[in-house]
Amino acid sequence: MLKQCEGSHAVAEAVALCRPEVICAYPISPQTHIVEGLGEMVKDETLQDCEFINVESEFAAMSVAIGSSAAGARTYTATASQGLLFMAEAVFNASGLGLPIVMTVANRAIGAPINIWNDHSDSLSMRDCGWLQLFAETNQEALDLHIQAFKLAEEISLPVMVCMDGFILTHAYERVDVPTQAQVDAFLPPYEPRQVLDPAEPVSIGAMVGPEAFMEVRYLAHARQVQALERIPQLAAEFKEIFGRDSGGLIRPYRCEDADTIVIAMGSVLGTLKDTVDEMREAGHKIGVLGIISFRPFPLVAVAAALKYCKRFVVLEKSLAVGIGGIVATNVRMAVTGMGLKGYTVIAGLGGRAITMKSLTAMLDKAGRDELELVTFLDLDWKAVNKQIEREKTHRKTGPVAEALLRDAGIVGARNY
Amino acid sequence: MTMMDKPFAITLDPGSSLANRTGSWRTYKPIYLDRLPPCNATCPAGENIQGWLFHAESGDYEAAWRSLTENNPLPAIMGRVCYHPCEGACNRQHVDSAVGINSIERFLGDEAIKRNWQFVKPATQSGKRVLVVGAGPSGLSAAYHLARLGHTVEIQEAGPFAGGMMRFGIPKYRLPREVIEAEVQRIVNLGVTITLNTKVSNIEASMQAGKFDAAFLAVGAHIGKRAYIPAGTAAKVVDAISVLRSMEGEEKPMLGRRVVVYGGGNTAIDVARSVKRMGAEPIIVYRRTRDKAPAHDFEIEEALQEGVMVKWLSTIKQAEEGEITIEKMALDDKGFPQPTGEFETLAADSVVLALGQDVDLGLLDGVPGLDVKDGTVQVGPNMMTGHAGIFAGGDMVPSERTVTVGVGHGKKAARHIDAWLKGETYAPPPKHEVAAFEKLNTWYYSEAPHVVRPTLDILRRQSTFEEVVGGLDESNALFEARRCLSCGNCFECDNCYGVCPDNAVIKLGPGKRFSFNYDYCKGCGVCVAECPCGAIKMVPEEN
Amino acid sequence: MSFQPVKFYQTGTFTVGNRLLAPEERSVQASGKRFNSINSGHRACQGCGEALGARYAIDAAMEATQGQLICANATGCLEVFSTPYPETSWQIPWIHSLFGNTAAVATGVAAALKIKQKKNPRAQEIRVIAQGGDGGTTDIGFGCLSGMFERNDDVLYICYDNGGYMNTGVQRSSATPPAARTATTMAVGPEPGNVFGQGKFVPAIAMAHEIPYVATATVADLRDLEAKVRRAMEFRGARYIHILVPCPLGWGTYSSETIKMARLAKETGIFPVFEAEHGEIKSALAIRRQLPVEDYLKPQKRYAHLFGKQPNVAVIAKLQALADRNIRKYKLLEGV
Repeated sequence: MLKQCEGSHAVAEAVALCRPEVICAYPISPQTHIVEGLGEMVKDETLQDCEFINVESEFAAMSVAIGSSAAGARTYTATASQGLLFMAEAVFNASGLGLPIVMTVANRAIGAPINIWNDHSDSLSMRDCGWLQLFAETNQEALDLHIQAFKLAEEISLPVMVCMDGFILTHAYERVDVPTQAQVDAFLPPYEPRQVLDPAEPVSIGAMVGPEAFMEVRYLAHARQVQALERIPQLAAEFKEIFGRDSGGLIRPYRCEDADTIVIAMGSVLGTLKDTVDEMREAGHKIGVLGIISFRPFPLVAVAAALKYCKRFVVLEKSLAVGIGGIVATNVRMAVTGMGLKGYTVIAGLGGRAITMKSLTAMLDKAGRDELELVTFLDLDWKAVNKQIEREKTHRKTGPVAEALLRDAGIVGARNY
Repeated sequence: MTMMDKPFAITLDPGSSLANRTGSWRTYKPIYLDRLPPCNATCPAGENIQGWLFHAESGDYEAAWRSLTENNPLPAIMGRVCYHPCEGACNRQHVDSAVGINSIERFLGDEAIKRNWQFVKPATQSGKRVLVVGAGPSGLSAAYHLARLGHTVEIQEAGPFAGGMMRFGIPKYRLPREVIEAEVQRIVNLGVTITLNTKVSNIEASMQAGKFDAAFLAVGAHIGKRAYIPAGTAAKVVDAISVLRSMEGEEKPMLGRRVVVYGGGNTAIDVARSVKRMGAEPIIVYRRTRDKAPAHDFEIEEALQEGVMVKWLSTIKQAEEGEITIEKMALDDKGFPQPTGEFETLAADSVVLALGQDVDLGLLDGVPGLDVKDGTVQVGPNMMTGHAGIFAGGDMVPSERTVTVGVGHGKKAARHIDAWLKGETYAPPPKHEVAAFEKLNTWYYSEAPHVVRPTLDILRRQSTFEEVVGGLDESNALFEARRCLSCGNCFECDNCYGVCPDNAVIKLGPGKRFSFNYDYCKGCGVCVAECPCGAIKMVPEEN
Repeated sequence: MSFQPVKFYQTGTFTVGNRLLAPEERSVQASGKRFNSINSGHRACQGCGEALGARYAIDAAMEATQGQLICANATGCLEVFSTPYPETSWQIPWIHSLFGNTAAVATGVAAALKIKQKKNPRAQEIRVIAQGGDGGTTDIGFGCLSGMFERNDDVLYICYDNGGYMNTGVQRSSATPPAARTATTMAVGPEPGNVFGQGKFVPAIAMAHEIPYVATATVADLRDLEAKVRRAMEFRGARYIHILVPCPLGWGTYSSETIKMARLAKETGIFPVFEAEHGEIKSALAIRRQLPVEDYLKPQKRYAHLFGKQPNVAVIAKLQALADRNIRKYKLLEGV
């Protein structure tokens, strides 16, 4: 059924169609609308047989999810940014215990300085936490990925994060095709836990494992993610059979067949990139876009195959590995090891900075001429940055950088707040 | 094993830690043991008091009585006249007050009489014959034990009744005669022959005549000791034993109104309390102080309550018709009484000497090998006299002269006689270490003060010979029995089983106690610390 | 002669069992068929109070729920000594997640069970217990604990309080008593040991949440402990039992004296044993043989600095005052 609705609402509907049994909710922007929607559905009983628990923190949210999942309930929660960091210990624990929890991360920057707008720093800070991470390009894909995520998580008994860009997707009203309950039921079987807390068959879950077996446990977690690399495209195919549309998978190439330059990115920025590429193609640039949907597991082989015939790649990412550069880029470079490709890292859109077609076109044009710096910060205000650098050279006590920059930009008055 | 496809290492099968034998950590290990309860340790009759109380605690009085009579055939008597050193030793006195063992024993004895419980006859007979001389407590005890061991026993008693000093030396108000009759009859029912009015004047001749293989002499000590007191011809001076004996007959002794009893032992008290009941006014004259008097303090206390007067620190210097002269004494540095030269006269219609008793050793004249010293027959550790096959016990051998000691002698002698008859030597099993109070954890015992046996009100007991101390009823006896701390002997409270942090105690089931699972016992010692009765101890682990 | 009820059973209910009691009147621990929820072979120190307390409590809960129980366990001694790979001591469904999230994990389990019950009303109902040490409860797990209380989730949380972080080598927790030496409150300087005026008593905080049931207990009063677990399982919603479990390692006591130390804590008034329903005190276990706090302090090496050549009478008096306050506050001499 086609609906014009907010992305968060679309996700809430998708999650509800998956018949979750326990939902843990703790408010943090920009995820809040999703759990609000689910809470209302539970309360008005359109979503039945589901416990909606208002917890006291994200740490508790993930902990409650661990308990309910271990007790055999299909479990969902959502978070973002600081919330994901606050639940970090439990995030690692959930995957360590092999619990198929599904969590939406409405991607948002991490402070300080505190910032509620979109980038991918939160999910990517958890890149090694053992969860699968799927990035949605559109609200429709966000909706679809949640349905696939439950099936994937429960089949391989690992938790899955569905990452969608905060505000850009979560708060955007778009047309989405909301599937029927029958379609979802046909795709997603009831949860059959791999292990469950049950007095009829008692087990101890969460043993202390020493050096004699710890490496093996970690390897097995890795092996299962590798196994998911096979399963994710299959699921996308199965999904298409029932729902009739392409959604999910490992990667999504766009006009890459004869491209000399391929720009790689995750999430909603892919839409802007595709438009940019279309325009640049018309101008004669042999350029394509590679969307990465599955960041974890990282599809090394698929990425290498997609880049096989290009001359260079540009990774445009909404995250920064401070002190080295890109995070996604590092992963891509691993995929193309030995292929002799030129690779550029472009850090863009941090903290919600708009990524415009104009800037992208200029940057990609430079890249096509191999004049791009290896690590580029898109649309960086060099004036402000240089002024602060100068200030720091002369004064030891320069105060907080963020406030100084805002003052320079005239956003905050001269008076100290 | 399980259907679940469990994640490697993170998820484990239940209870699998049994593979980890933590017993290897141990340097000390707990072991169960039976310690000797102080009551048992001090009982002259060798009763397993804690053992029979154990049955009484659960209300199985017959089992309790049967356990008790394994060692002592006279519980109804003993429950009245025993001076119960067991209670003096009882660990419960350090908690609140001693367990009223004596009163429970009496309850069991009375219950046995009421319910006509009888002894079980031995399955086989040895064919040996044993002569017991004297039907006092020692003789009756020996006869009982010998009969249970399968020997043919005949008691020859000089007097007209069985009971000895229990009948002739203990007043009715302390020991009703029906009680003696009943317990003696039960021994007769076991198969013991009692021949009354038969004084053995020559033991060897009597043994030969009756074809006896062994003899146990227990003729007691009932010749009152005399002390020289200058006395006028009209003064009436008699001995205590003859006074007490005459109480048994129809004619009460003629002692007058003011009766001076000379002595500080139990017999003196018995005489004073007896004559009080006949309407006289007894005054006890004793040369030392109350705390030095050999009489049991509770008897002195009861006598004082009944109106018996006592002149402490006094000796009789002279007795005349109607009055005596006494000299005040004073204790010297060593606690001995010394004359002060201070005199006093007391009105006295008669003087009863209660200064101890001597043994009539006539029957031993001419028996070779006997050793008589200080008027008593010497016996070895096996109770045998210097003459093979002739054993002796009770008041006639050197010992404390009490009914209980007599009963103990009888049992001990019976065991040695039995062994001697078989050509063997009886070796008593080694005694366990005593369960001292420090070995107990008395926290676990409920607060429960001693049940005081009802006593006759003063007016009634001053004038009648009714039994002064009443018995416990069933509920009281049960209560009192349950006050037992079961010192040193497991009473299956489950503490060790419960408090072990390693589940290393195995519960074997009712009556079977517990054992340790040394595969897992880490040797922490909590079971030892928390055992209420001190029936576990730690010992070093071998290697 | 004063009346004595015949219902006197030698040791009454002070011992674990008592052959004179009817089997149904005996403790769960007395039964030859008890669950032994935590099995032999665990790696707790000799004389571990926590191992004992956990078996007491969980066995009692297993009895109360006819074996329909799931347990969530915080990181700490209990978790480490019971479930080192490849063996577990637990014979019940059990999960360990983290140090500070046990109450929340239990909430999740309870939520899952609630839905399962709703979907299959004829299935036997399963109840949930969360458990942890004092560090996992009063410190790092406190947020989740309070959240669970506040939502009144159907979880019984049991705290095994041994007064410190024993698993990591005896450091101070907010349940460490004043003056006690720990590795982070050493017995040095002008005020040796843990400071006065800090720390928190979580049972009182639990009561402030007005949850249905709050109780304290010790391993020295088994029947009381079992009764409280049984009572707790009669309620729905959040419940809290705080059990004092002496630690021979952390307290510096003989391994054999674990129960004795708990008994002394209660008998001196240092540790009040009581129960409360919906925020109001309902009963207190009366002190049976009152003792001065010295009797409790002296056997413990963690207080050894108070008993040198010159006993620190001032500090001892302050500790006595704390005990006296408990006695007044919880009416420990008369019992309620």
